[in-house]
Amino acid sequence: MVISNKPLHFILAAFVACLPVMSFANSENDSTHVKTEAVHEEKVISHNAPMEGEHVALDPKAKVDAFIDHHLQDSHDFVFFSDEKENKHYGFPLPVILIDGGLKVFLSSKFHHGEEVAEVDGSFYKLVHGKIYKTDAAGSIKLNEHGHPENEKPLDFSITKNVVSMLFVSVLLFLMFTGLAKSYKKGPIPTGFGRVLEPLIIFIRDEIAVPNIGEKKYRKYMGYLLTVFFFVWLLNLLGMTPLGINVTGNIAITICLAAFTFIITQFSANKEYWGHIFWMPGVPVPMKIILAPIEVLGMFTKPFALLIRLYANITAGHVVIMSLIGMIFVGKNLAADLPISMGLTLFISVIEVLVAFLQAFIFTMLSSLFIGMAVQEHDHEHHHEDETAII
Amino acid sequence: MDKLINDFSFGLFFWQAIILLVLILLLVKFAWKPIMESITAREEGIKDALLSAENAKKEMQNLQADNQRILNEARAERDAMLKEAREMKEKMIADSKNEAQEQGLKMIEQAKVAIENEKNAAMAELKLQVSTLSLSIAEKLLKEELSNKESQTKLVEKMLGDVKLN
Repeated sequence: MVISNKPLHFILAAFVACLPVMSFANSENDSTHVKTEAVHEEKVISHNAPMEGEHVALDPKAKVDAFIDHHLQDSHDFVFFSDEKENKHYGFPLPVILIDGGLKVFLSSKFHHGEEVAEVDGSFYKLVHGKIYKTDAAGSIKLNEHGHPENEKPLDFSITKNVVSMLFVSVLLFLMFTGLAKSYKKGPIPTGFGRVLEPLIIFIRDEIAVPNIGEKKYRKYMGYLLTVFFFVWLLNLLGMTPLGINVTGNIAITICLAAFTFIITQFSANKEYWGHIFWMPGVPVPMKIILAPIEVLGMFTKPFALLIRLYANITAGHVVIMSLIGMIFVGKNLAADLPISMGLTLFISVIEVLVAFLQAFIFTMLSSLFIGMAVQEHDHEHHHEDETAII
Repeated sequence: MDKLINDFSFGLFFWQAIILLVLILLLVKFAWKPIMESITAREEGIKDALLSAENAKKEMQNLQADNQRILNEARAERDAMLKEAREMKEKMIADSKNEAQEQGLKMIEQAKVAIENEKNAAMAELKLQVSTLSLSIAEKLLKEELSNKESQTKLVEKMLGDVKLN
């Protein structure tokens, strides 16, 4: 096989660039390879799973795009990999719970990965792009000019892939930290895995909660901050595994997380906080009137910044990694594309591991900052500057 | 934005809220509370231990300083005592010297007096003896001389001759 000069240079450059990364993360190498392969196999399903029969002959580029789109979305079943030729999916279905003139519970295997219409108690449902639509027995879907289905959507309370992932992470967190709590009964110093967890807890307390909320009031919010930090971090890391889970890159999840912070902030806010919002002290009356709506808007932009930051960072990471892996399938020259794709994926994966921690940290940090602003009594101005600097 | 709103799933939001709420409550009750309490208790313990160690060190230093002071005092006292003893010794030696000298002088004086007295007594005795002896000799001589008439006369004549001479 002839390899042209240019890609060779590129490969060399990419590997030299990745050298420091590889030197400290040897074990990462393996997992990335596994991941690549898993996704490779998964990739094949992209053709028939979300796309159905309408786009039969897709070029690889569109297939990769569709697959990335599909991956970023939540799904009603857990598919690890599938065989395109034999049209087989390896995974397990998850329960679908619909509220549509009564509670309707059935397994997502009824949809056959979107290929068939599910009939439940006389109603017909069809899965299009990961969403359930009400349809007729023939499964007709009316599309609008943007290509979005116009059919009625039932209220979907299904136990989706993301819900299962969250439950898994919750159980994991619960086991980890009750284990740590128990280990304190034996002695003042934790044993085993607790030795890893304890410094993290102390880090959250000393670097996030105490400086932002204050020595006196931080204790009340530690439960929330610790839970959110470990929850987001573990979900971010779970997204790095080849299971194909993207929980923290889902807008509903980040909206919910930010809503929690927003509610806690508003409910713990003191008089001074509300005073600063509706009747800013120390400025002339006309200014007070002008400032009030701005400050009210600020109340909402803070959690909005939280939710968008987490969502965008994680989604971007997933898109970049999957696009780099997709290079293998789009490119013509496998021998040249494979090392580039692998090298860059490895490089970005290592960065993503860092981002997974960083985003969890920033989410917790900003949450504690917002709570701190609401409960602190005097140096409001100072924290205002801090916030704008970080956003 | 349209895509974001389209992606939002109320069901997922609902489950997430419930899971997160339950998780927070469970973890607070079974994990964070005991963990934070243990960590705080341990940190307090460490702080206390450090503080008490610091106190013990200070006490030790005080004790050492005290010891040093007491030692110095004792040394000074000993020096003073030694000095006093030396002075006393010297004084005693000087005193006894003086006394001995005085006593000696006195004894010499007394001896001198006694010697004088003895001498005088011996002289008196001697004088008495000599006079007695000479008297007895004279007596004997006289007796011898005057035992016959002739000699008596001779003597008287001689004496008379002496008187004449005078």
